[in-house]
Amino acid sequence: MTELNIQPILPEIFIAVMACVILVVDLYIKQSGRGISYVLTLVALFGGAYLCWHDISAEPVIALNGMFVDDVFSDVLKIIICLLALLVFVYSREYIKARDFFSGEYFVLGLFGVVGMMVMTSANHFLALYLGLELLSLCLYTMVAFQRDSVVATEAAMKYFVLGALASAMLLYGMSIVYGLTGTLDIETVRESIREQATADNITLILGLVFILVSLAFKIGAVPFHMWIPDVYHGAPTSSTLFVSTAPKLAGFAIIMRLLVGGLEDLHFMWRDMVVVLAVLSIALGNLIAIAQTNLKRMLAYSAISHMGFMLLGVLAGTANGYSAGFFYSIVYAFMGLGGFGMVILLSRADYEADELDDLKGLNQRNPWYAFLLLLLMFSMAGVPPTIGFFAKLAVIQAVIEVGLTWLAVVAVLMAVVGAFYYLRVVKLMYFDPPAGEVRAIEAPADFRFLMSVNAVAMVLLLPVIGPIQDLCNEAISSVVTAF
Amino acid sequence: MDSYLLSIVIWLPIIGGVVVLSTGSDDRAPLARQLSLVFSIAAFLISLLLYTGFDTTTAQMQFTEKAAWVSAFNIYYHVGVDGISMPLIILTTFLTVIVVIAGWEVIQEKTAQYMAAFLLMEGFMVGVFSSLDAVLFYVFWEGMLIPMFLIIGVWGGPNRIYATIKFFLYTLLGSLLMLVAFLYLYHQSNSFNILEYQDLPIGITAQKLLFIAFFAAFAVKVPMFPVHTWLPDAHVEAPTGGSVILAAIMLKMGGYGFLRFSLPILPDASRELAIFVIVLSLIAIVYIALVALVQDDMKKLIAYSSIAHMGFVTLGFFIFSEQGIEGGLVQMISHGFISGALFLCVGVLYDRVHSRKIESYGGVVNTMPVFAAFMMLFAMANAGLPGTSGFVGEFLVILAAFKVNIWYAVLAGTTLVFGAAYTLWMYKRVIFGDVANDDVKELKDISPREIVFLSLLAAMVLVMGIWPYPFLEVMHASVEQLVAQATANKI
Repeated sequence: MTELNIQPILPEIFIAVMACVILVVDLYIKQSGRGISYVLTLVALFGGAYLCWHDISAEPVIALNGMFVDDVFSDVLKIIICLLALLVFVYSREYIKARDFFSGEYFVLGLFGVVGMMVMTSANHFLALYLGLELLSLCLYTMVAFQRDSVVATEAAMKYFVLGALASAMLLYGMSIVYGLTGTLDIETVRESIREQATADNITLILGLVFILVSLAFKIGAVPFHMWIPDVYHGAPTSSTLFVSTAPKLAGFAIIMRLLVGGLEDLHFMWRDMVVVLAVLSIALGNLIAIAQTNLKRMLAYSAISHMGFMLLGVLAGTANGYSAGFFYSIVYAFMGLGGFGMVILLSRADYEADELDDLKGLNQRNPWYAFLLLLLMFSMAGVPPTIGFFAKLAVIQAVIEVGLTWLAVVAVLMAVVGAFYYLRVVKLMYFDPPAGEVRAIEAPADFRFLMSVNAVAMVLLLPVIGPIQDLCNEAISSVVTAF
Repeated sequence: MDSYLLSIVIWLPIIGGVVVLSTGSDDRAPLARQLSLVFSIAAFLISLLLYTGFDTTTAQMQFTEKAAWVSAFNIYYHVGVDGISMPLIILTTFLTVIVVIAGWEVIQEKTAQYMAAFLLMEGFMVGVFSSLDAVLFYVFWEGMLIPMFLIIGVWGGPNRIYATIKFFLYTLLGSLLMLVAFLYLYHQSNSFNILEYQDLPIGITAQKLLFIAFFAAFAVKVPMFPVHTWLPDAHVEAPTGGSVILAAIMLKMGGYGFLRFSLPILPDASRELAIFVIVLSLIAIVYIALVALVQDDMKKLIAYSSIAHMGFVTLGFFIFSEQGIEGGLVQMISHGFISGALFLCVGVLYDRVHSRKIESYGGVVNTMPVFAAFMMLFAMANAGLPGTSGFVGEFLVILAAFKVNIWYAVLAGTTLVFGAAYTLWMYKRVIFGDVANDDVKELKDISPREIVFLSLLAAMVLVMGIWPYPFLEVMHASVEQLVAQATANKI
């Protein structure tokens, strides 16, 4: 414990150092050479993913005096987070160029955000977890505000900052109550101490739990703590929306696993019902309000809320199967969200945001391939087979039935039908309606087009390997659940 | 080759669909048409090997394949056929060929997408009939909705968007309840194997709830009264090919579901709730037939007639005798040919006059004698004339109903009157009489392409009506086993 073992945190160190390097290098290059920073960013993310892959360890390794844990769960998550961030930057390159913020700061903020997420996934200590979360949040606030002349974006960033700071404060408060009861911030020790005092009449403990749970719900955007999601997703530049809506969801799942499951699992009998309420409200409200939206980004924001509700179904089951289903769901959702917002970027032009639903009218006539890609993404989000989104829903619903909550499964399924309606409306606009207004060609660089196609077609083509993917999720989860 | 036969029949059309889709724009429409014809004929010919290689003496699943898919949930790629599913698979591959030929000249816009949608759907439908794993079954069952949703929505009539969204949401709601039922069964048995469910002991309350969940899925698909309302809308708005596949195959999936899931897996609940299903079936037979009588739209009339005929199918199934089930099965296959043929006939008229209203026609026989002869045959078959396939199934079901309750038989028998009334009355108003208007005067008789698909169907209707033995023979062993399962106690 006392020796400094930097091996497990090498990926974080690498990305952080690269971010500093880019910051310096960026000072010395002109706007025309800004591509260098961009390439260095991709190298940093790819290198980070590679280092995690290289170092994937069967046994959990605890480092930095118990602050940090490196297990299969964190390695898998970090690889996916790095890949998602990498795709986000590739998708948004032309978009941010056209809007004059193709700059080193944007990339550096993104990289520090990634470091924050990586620290969150590996946190073994309340402090490490909180630091990771704040590092991520501060980067996100800034990325949302990056288009500083845009009133909507500034407003979105303000809302995000105020509500996010509130949530962070609640997290700190909850943690301090738990600290008061257990005398430690180390998650493992907290767990042992909680086990001894986990009774239903321990009011102080319940208070701490509620504060922690509320802040987690804020961070992932579960109803009734979801208010910031539509405004931020809508107001932020789409490139930032893309970033906010993908990898941080996985990091959110990671801190749920570390805090709620790793630290407070013995309180499952208490938090299960609270999470049931969060999940049901998220699924119901998210899906119902999404129907009334006319803006694609807002619609996807409400859809994100309902997806987080589905993810919570897996968590609340409280079984290894359930956590694994929740994990699988978050990964699948992150890639569906990436594809969905990626399509918004793809359809946008330099002087024009294609974020109204009506902008999709007649897309099948303008470009059948893009229409087909969005069709796959929409059916996957709706959970209609034969897409991978169906298997994600199947896994979480199976998990709640396994613990005897059949009514919850029926509610989730009924709300999925409601959800299907607004996804179908997107398909309807693309396929059944004629194009509105003047028709301009959709232009995008080849690498973006290619990766976007892979992203969307994967919704179907991954079907044969769903078994191995779910096995991987199981393995990752068991490394967290048995570690304690 | 032999052991992969079923997979080939499932995946060949799906691959074909992707290939056709990749031909892209309408400039290459002829290529898209030719490719889809080749793929659909190939799939049909290969599916015939399922018939020739079929062992009629056993009720076991044949041509089975099993491979692990998602090991965390015990999901397998597990397919196989028995005497119940095999004829339906051949019906599917046969009708897809017909639909491709029927859409040959009619579909001029986005031809590649149209043809590809039908080929993809063919693969999914064969998949539904051959899946022995519940999740695989569900994936095919739902996957099929997507191409049908697009077919109605893109190539349909003026009110197509309302119709197709209604169709999609209706069926999705039913199917999702079925999914919950599967998950419950999985939780009980730790398996998604449909055949294992048949031996699984289940308490009566659970059986009843599961029965209702399955009923929600299958009754919507059949469709049974009172959840039939999506069907007339979908049929009227769908392009001809879409109507044919809807009526001829998609509806059969509901019936197939009852035979594969409800009866063998939940025998006690099926018997207890049989009266409920029988009453709904009789309402469909009598009331819906009366509704059909007053329709002024030909497609709507045939759609309602489909609901009435499918009432016969469910009535036959829930009598729990070999005669009834075999009658229901024959009725399903025969209705596949007849309703498909009638929708094609309406399509032939619609392509020329662009009206589906009965009042827009009259005296068509004067300008289209060959067509009138074909339609005569199909109308008679729809009315259940002996010698056509329509008679065999109805006769068997009525016979079986007599043995249970004479009132069932009497009410079911009214179909012979009503069926004849609404079909022949429509036929008379459209075909006979004086030439009604200039549109009819300028009609050209059917082209060789139209003669091809109509005569193929006519041949099947007659063969099945005169010599139904080959059809009954393949299903006999499986039906025998099914009746044994459905009459056994499971509690």
